[in-house]
Formats: sequence, structure tokens, C-alpha cells
Amino acid sequence: MSDTLISAENLSLSFPNHQVLSKLSFKVNRGDFLGVIGENGVGKTTLVRLILKQLRPSSGKIILKEGLKIGYVPQFRNIDVEYPLSVRDFVSLSYTGIKLPWLSKKERTRVGEVMNRVGLTAISDRPLGLASGGEKQKAYLAQALLNHPDLLILDESTASLDPNTKKELLDVVTMLNNDMGLTILFVSHDMQLIHEYPDRYLWLRRDGYSTGAISDLHNDSKGELYV
Amino acid sequence: MFSFEFMQNAYLAGTLIAIVSGIMGVFVTARNMPFMTHTLSEIGFAGAAFGIFIGWTPLNGMLTFTTISSILVGELSGKVESRREAVISAISGFFIGLGILFLSLSNKNSSYATNILFGSVIGISRQDVLQMVVLSVIVLLILFVIFRNLKDDSFDPVGAQTNHVHSSLISIIFLVLLAFSVSVAAQIVGSLLIFVLLTLPAASAKYFTHTVLKMMMLGIAFALFGVWFGLYLGYVTNWPVTFFIATIEAGIYAISLGYNYLQSRSE
Repeated sequence: MSDTLISAENLSLSFPNHQVLSKLSFKVNRGDFLGVIGENGVGKTTLVRLILKQLRPSSGKIILKEGLKIGYVPQFRNIDVEYPLSVRDFVSLSYTGIKLPWLSKKERTRVGEVMNRVGLTAISDRPLGLASGGEKQKAYLAQALLNHPDLLILDESTASLDPNTKKELLDVVTMLNNDMGLTILFVSHDMQLIHEYPDRYLWLRRDGYSTGAISDLHNDSKGELYV
Repeated sequence: MFSFEFMQNAYLAGTLIAIVSGIMGVFVTARNMPFMTHTLSEIGFAGAAFGIFIGWTPLNGMLTFTTISSILVGELSGKVESRREAVISAISGFFIGLGILFLSLSNKNSSYATNILFGSVIGISRQDVLQMVVLSVIVLLILFVIFRNLKDDSFDPVGAQTNHVHSSLISIIFLVLLAFSVSVAAQIVGSLLIFVLLTLPAASAKYFTHTVLKMMMLGIAFALFGVWFGLYLGYVTNWPVTFFIATIEAGIYAISLGYNYLQSRSE
């Protein structure tokens, strides 16, 4: 099927003393908003690293659509209060490669575009170090959008935010999903957010996994629901 | 003042050093490497002593030692940030010891050692300036080519991983460039005070401006100001140039910290 971006079949990964993922099969289609949920340590970030090809499966396979472009918003970043780059300069860091040091006009326009999308235009010249937690997450998001990804992966991006800011960020993500058809893989351990935003879920547990439409999540009895 | 050839040489060399330091300093600060820079300068001292001992120029001795040891530090410390400081201490101690040994073996009088450690304006020949031009151009050219990847890796190492930037290769290249810069800068401020030019101007610039290119420009301006003015004051007073450059750069840093403090209070 041409609009399948990720297809995992019997995907397993074990580290020397423990198994993290076991015989996991799922698909991500273009336009999906998939919530990946599970307690700490069940392998959510491991799954992300498999998708990013930073890890290789012990058995089974994970197939990415050819030429798939991934925008990734990692869980941790060291941005302290003295971090000097402006929000705009930070966002443009993703323009890498052996090219002229300064940005082309087209690249500058694109930087302005993604900042406008996520609502950062007003603070584009402020140092990122002085931005609030929510603004930082938006800047990470904008940076991940810069190179026109097909798939956006958010790894616990809302974990350190207050409820209002969480909502604000996920509203932006939902808009990207609805308006631009961007496929979203949203990793979180916040059950409430998973109920509210994604349209499908992948629930990782220590003894297995389950997957389905969000409307079925209420009836998912394989694990204990936790909020 | 410019009728003396040694002053012409000093200004030429100083200008080059300021440009290279202003640019490299931005990455030294972003990569949190001031201590590494300091260590490379001590290693440079040992290299210069070695150069004198076997009959090379001090600059060639410095280049050899700093380049080898920068690769060594990069490989030994790897990704473990907390280990890096200890590795640097070990290597730096070992090399200073070597420097003292070579100096005593080479039977040169102690003014050689002070020249290396504290810098010397009079010691710079046209030949040295030429070699420094070549080295500086190499550093700037390589920086030009790897600029975007180095910028991403320095200012957002986590993001750079996802952007497929070859982080360990960039680190090694940067360390070698740093070794070159240290060797060049040592000619005028001396190996003990290299971080005065390779750290302070860029560390000051980041409080005033917030893009990498502008920080570089301002870093160069701060470094140039210190070097030019320091050379002039040294000429007029006959006091050591290094003293003036160090004082000016430290002063600029103090002012920028004060500026930052006032800014943060007014917000």
C-alpha cells in the first residue's frame, strides 16, 4: 500500500539482560495521528529509535516508506538560561550540510513560515534561553518541521508543561495533522492526552501491546487503565 | 610606530589572530570547551619547548604537539562529558612536565620560556607572519565548508543527531582547528593566556547579539579591539602587551556580564 509510512512486523528488540519489545506489529498510514502510550521503561523511546534507525531490531522488521522524511522532537535537550541563539537562529539549525554558511532567501522564507505555523513569530528574535517551556517546545517543533517532513515524532514533548501549555502545543500539532495532512507519532505516558488528541493508539506494556482506534481505548481491558 | 618592522608584523599577526579567535571562540563557548582550550595552550608550550630542543621553530613544535594531543583528547574522552575534564587534566599535566623537561635539556636561557608562556611582540618575524597567514586561511576555509554542520552540532547536539550530522567527525575536525588556532594565537599573547582571545571575546559577544554570524562579528570586533589597543599601549608604555590584551578582554567580559544583569533586571 502506497500510503503506509511505517510498517512493523513481529518487531522485537532485546538488550543483553532484558527484552524491551516483543513481536510488535503495527502500521502507520499517511495522515494518522498515532498516540504511543505506556509506562516508563516499556520501550516507547526504544521504538522511536528503531524508527529513526538509531537501533536495529533483534528480530522482525520495520519498513519505512522509501524516501520518508522524519521530523523528530527529542525528549531531552540542554537549553539553559544563557543559551544565546535567538528562536529564529535555533530553528534554522536544521539547515545542515556542506553549503554556504548563511541561509538562502528561500531558506529564510521557510524559517519564517514554520515559525508562523507554530505561533513563534512574535518572539523570533528573543534568545531561546529566555523562552518559556512551552515556547521552547514550539521552537523544537518548528525546527523539526523545517525540512518538510512526512512524519513528525514527538517524544514526551508535553511531559514538563503545565495543562494550558500542553493544550496549546497539541492544538498546534492537531492543526498540522488536519490542515497539512502531516502524520503524527505522539509518544506520551499521559493517558488523558492520548484520549483527547490522537485518532489511533499503540499501547505498549511489559507483557505485550494493543492497538486500535481511540474510541476503543476505553474498552481496552488488557492492561490497567491509569490516568 | 609602524616604521618598525616588528610592529608591522605584530599588527598583522594580531589582526589575523583576532579574526580566527573571534570566530573559533563562538564554537569554543557553545561546545563548552574553554578548559580544553587552556589545556591545548599548555600543550603548545611543551610543543614549543620541544621545537626549540630539536631545532625547529617554536610554532612548528606547537602545531605538532597540539594537533596530536587534540585528537588524543577527542578519542579518549569520547562522549562522556564528565570524563573529559579528568582526561584533559591528565594530558595537560603530562605535557607541561614534558615542556619543562625539553626546556632544561635544550640549554636555552629562560627568556625563551617566558616568550612562549607570555608571548612576545618582538619575536615575530615576517616568516612567522607568513606561516600564520597560511594557517589562518586553512582554519577559515575549513570552517567555511563545515560551518552549518559545526553550528548544528555545537548549538544543538541532540538535534544534530537526528539531522544525520556526523558528530564525532565534526568534533575531531574542530579539535584540530582549535589546535591550529591555539598555535597561531600563542605567538602574540603567549600560551598561558590564549583563552583570553579564544574564549572571552565570544563569551562576551553572546550577551549582546543572538545569531551565530553576529556573535562572530562582535567576537572579532572585541578581539581586534583588545589586540590593537593592547599593542599600542604596550608600545607606548613598554609594559607587556599580553597584560593589556588580557585586561581589556577581561574588562569587556565584565561589562557584558553587567549588561546582562541589567537586562535581566529590567525584564
